[in-house]
Amino acid sequence: MKEFRFHGRGGQGTVLASIALAKAFFQAGYWVQTFPVFGSERRGAPVEAYLRLETTKIYLRSNIYEPDHVIVQDARLINLVDVTKGLKSGGWILLNAPGLPADLAPFQGFKLACVDAAHIALEHGLGAKNQPITNTAMMGAFARLFSNPPLEAVVEAIESEMPIKISENVAAARAAYEAVVLHGQVNGSELLPSAGPIFRKAVS
Amino acid sequence: MKTILEGSQACAEAVRLARVQVVSAYPITPQTHIVEELAKFCSDGSLNGRFLCVESEHSAMAAVIGAAAGGVRTFTASSSQGLALMHEMLHWAAGGRLPIVMAEVNRALGPGWNLWADQTDSLAQRDTGWIQLYCADGQEVLDTTLQAYRLAEAVNLPVMVILDAFFLSHTWEPVDLPAQEEVDQFLPPYAPRFRMDTDHPQSLHGVAPIGVYMEMRRSMQLAMEAVPELLERIEEEFFARFGRRYGPVEPYLCDDADVILVTSGTAAGTARVVVDQLRAEGQKAGLLRIRMFRPFPVRSVHEVLKSALKVAVLDRNCSFGAGGIFASELRSALQGGNPVPVYSYIAGLGGRDITVETIRDCFALTRGTDRPAIESVWLGVKEELLK
Repeated sequence: MKEFRFHGRGGQGTVLASIALAKAFFQAGYWVQTFPVFGSERRGAPVEAYLRLETTKIYLRSNIYEPDHVIVQDARLINLVDVTKGLKSGGWILLNAPGLPADLAPFQGFKLACVDAAHIALEHGLGAKNQPITNTAMMGAFARLFSNPPLEAVVEAIESEMPIKISENVAAARAAYEAVVLHGQVNGSELLPSAGPIFRKAVS
Repeated sequence: MKTILEGSQACAEAVRLARVQVVSAYPITPQTHIVEELAKFCSDGSLNGRFLCVESEHSAMAAVIGAAAGGVRTFTASSSQGLALMHEMLHWAAGGRLPIVMAEVNRALGPGWNLWADQTDSLAQRDTGWIQLYCADGQEVLDTTLQAYRLAEAVNLPVMVILDAFFLSHTWEPVDLPAQEEVDQFLPPYAPRFRMDTDHPQSLHGVAPIGVYMEMRRSMQLAMEAVPELLERIEEEFFARFGRRYGPVEPYLCDDADVILVTSGTAAGTARVVVDQLRAEGQKAGLLRIRMFRPFPVRSVHEVLKSALKVAVLDRNCSFGAGGIFASELRSALQGGNPVPVYSYIAGLGGRDITVETIRDCFALTRGTDRPAIESVWLGVKEELLK
């Protein structure tokens, strides 16, 4: 089983991204389970969502405490939320950031991939400057980093899930797919190059 | 067609497929996604039904009682305080022998105000005469809702289809959505045995003097007693058509188990994972999920637990002064069967997570303790907060 945790802010479409990715993974033959952390969601407040993937039916129903990988939709959340809490050693952090963060201390021992999802979102007219809607760009970057779900399945999921600006959202996902940089494992001030993980084959 | 649905959507889709004619509900978290979806279906025409907006849950139940008495198929949904406010009308629906189906999303009662999973709300309604079915996943919510109409309309008793807040109501997973034609064959239009009809005036739900009231109650009890066999027949038919069945209880690896954990709702999914772990470690662990709480499936429970050495019950609920409610029911049901000791545990109140570790603790404590405590044992309580 693979377990992902998504961090974002209310209004960025974090929960919608986890649902759309679940649909894309399901199309690719995986069993999926996704759910938000159930609190009092408000615009701008930190939100979390979980995604589980398995090749057979998932029975487990508890929250995710030790994710394999985390997705962070807003780099400024790092000052508010412990985004690496419970993250398995060597797990990937997919971060929405304009470039490699100057301070690598929060990512020690983990692998870091960055994509400027905010910039990509704004280029495609998604959201406003103070609140870009980054979820579809993050989905594209996700598909590239994990080689899964296939980009075309992500595009299909966006087409079926997004209420508005479908072509802009699809274009943002494609742009982020190309733009994401896999920096690799953070080791002190060094970065050790690593490839994205390979998942077990889904059932067909 | 398999698709990814939220538990709430699975419920709403079933209501659409059942061609429900009147929906009335008052919104309360975590039930809202169900009724929002149904309001959409009623407005876009995908469900040819009336959605009656009302000012309270008491009125929502009163509205579906009126509609059901008029001879149409009805649905409502609620949670927690909303269900508590319906209480008086729940008796009316059952005593009026109206086949209403309600989704009940288990949520803790306040104060303290809490939105999260806890079964005490639905279990507090156990004596109202409603059939109660507790679901474990999204597919089962859809399937049970369809079966509930067959069951309700066959025995003229209302049915509560119960799902855990968030762990089920707000969780997205693959669900097989059956075709409308298939559902139509399984669930034909409602043919009421009696109804309010201005062309044939009659009085319903009037005074029942001493000479007849007890017989009316006896007839409700007999209807309840007929449910297990009827559910089995309905499920046979459902299985032949859709390939899925659940039963009043769902045993997992119980045949040779020495310690069997009994639980309900989504905790059963996690418990299944634990049973697999314990089996791999060489322990003879088993799981019995109770799906039907009313009527309580006494015969099925006897059969599954007949050779267990110890039974642990995990309750996400509490009857204050008595303890875990499934445990009390089980102890009483086992009278005359296997005199097996029943260990009672309470966990997960107000949405506290029931994890693999919580369930491993249940098994370990049960195995490591000679005799069950008289009181239920609470797991995961922060003792420092009680000082």
